[in-house]
Amino acid sequence: MEWTSYLAPLSQGAWVTVQLTVYSTILGGLCAFVFGLGKLSHNPLLKGFSVAYIEIFRGTSLLVQLFWIYFALPIMGQAIGLDLRFPPVVAGVVALALNIGAYGAEVVRGAVQAVPKEQYEAATALNFTSRKRLWRITLPQAIPEMMPTFGNLAVQNLKDTALVSLISLGDLAFRAEQIRNFTQDSVTVYTLVLFMYFGMALVLTACMKLLERYVGRWRAAGR
Amino acid sequence: MNDATNTRDPIIKFDKVVKRFGDHVVLDELDFEVQRGEKVTIIGPSGSGKSTVLRILMTLEEINDGVVYVGGEPLWHQRKGDSLAPASEQHLRQMRSQLGMVFQQFNLFPHMTVLRNLTEAPVQVLGVSKAEARKRGMELLEMVGLTDQANKYPHQLSGGQQQRVGIARALAMRPKVMLFDEPTSALDPELVGEVLNVIRSLADEHDLTMLLVTHEMHFARQVSDRICFFDQGRIKEQGKPEEIFTAPKEERTRAFLKAVLDPDD
Repeated sequence: MEWTSYLAPLSQGAWVTVQLTVYSTILGGLCAFVFGLGKLSHNPLLKGFSVAYIEIFRGTSLLVQLFWIYFALPIMGQAIGLDLRFPPVVAGVVALALNIGAYGAEVVRGAVQAVPKEQYEAATALNFTSRKRLWRITLPQAIPEMMPTFGNLAVQNLKDTALVSLISLGDLAFRAEQIRNFTQDSVTVYTLVLFMYFGMALVLTACMKLLERYVGRWRAAGR
Repeated sequence: MNDATNTRDPIIKFDKVVKRFGDHVVLDELDFEVQRGEKVTIIGPSGSGKSTVLRILMTLEEINDGVVYVGGEPLWHQRKGDSLAPASEQHLRQMRSQLGMVFQQFNLFPHMTVLRNLTEAPVQVLGVSKAEARKRGMELLEMVGLTDQANKYPHQLSGGQQQRVGIARALAMRPKVMLFDEPTSALDPELVGEVLNVIRSLADEHDLTMLLVTHEMHFARQVSDRICFFDQGRIKEQGKPEEIFTAPKEERTRAFLKAVLDPDD
């Protein structure tokens, strides 16, 4: 069989991988902000919940989280009369997002805490409410600091999507495995897949760089 | 309390205020008053509690004991019947609106243009319209001589220019009291003059109360109605600039002034 004939099914798989990556990175970014700021909250309930989330999802394997959401949760739901069966796509996106969100939350917390306290004092002196201080003064300065690490996390996330093939989601890794089983042509298939992941990572990195430049454009003014 | 007595009251009053950092006593039962419209300069050796007085007024440091009054109202407390309870955030915000502060390190918002630094708080905190805030912002930039820098970012400005923006930013909130915390200490010597000129022109406005911490003794002498010499968390000596600079009564004041005015001796 000609290697070009692998391209169509692999492309289909790659498209699923792209979608998984985009959705789970966006959702994960949201989790990162919610729980990263939650960890800094003075509300003990919010803070405790955020810390627990971050530690649990950073301290367990993504594969186990994925299996738990896809296989264990529906059975637990049944026991309490809830339908918690998710399509593989949803389970995959949620697991990836929660996992990346836990790492991202620590990045958000760190970047917010790294904003100089003088900025906090200037905002207080100008009588900003604590909410406006966060949104108008702290976060716009903290977000550019988060971006390089967020870029790394997004690429990490792209590579982690390969694990969802294990819950029979037709992503790039899943298609590759299918073709290999059928043709036994491991070298060609895996080489192609390697390059496809690498290509996607390059594009993703470029996108994150653009975003980084956009949120930190004030830093480059006049330079 | 009617308005007549209100305006005769000191606008700032420290009543036996104690401030400690750990075991270190920064303010030691400090009694201190500033009248409306008065320009007061606090001088003294480092660690004597000068900046702490300003930071307590700006609600950046809490006090350990005593009462601070601003405009006759307790700053860090709320009246509850006859007694005083710790101030709520709402009370602090109300009190803060009377004060503006200029920081040693400028502390401009680096992610905002110069003009936005001046309009952000009026729009977000006072609810002024954007157009009005911009108009007022440009007027203030004209006053500090920086209209041509309105759309630049703080990092594109010199230290002296940044501090002039810092002064304009505080004025944009229309405070009754301006606090200057060593406004020229972080500047290169050749940039000090432009900042002092702006402060000097403000000192001519007799409605504005000014409280200044500085090491610029000649400047302090020119603009101040009163000089307070701080030592070890208390006012060691105070009086008119001529008295303090030409005929200080306390030995400690003499030694300090000699050290800062003729450092080569």
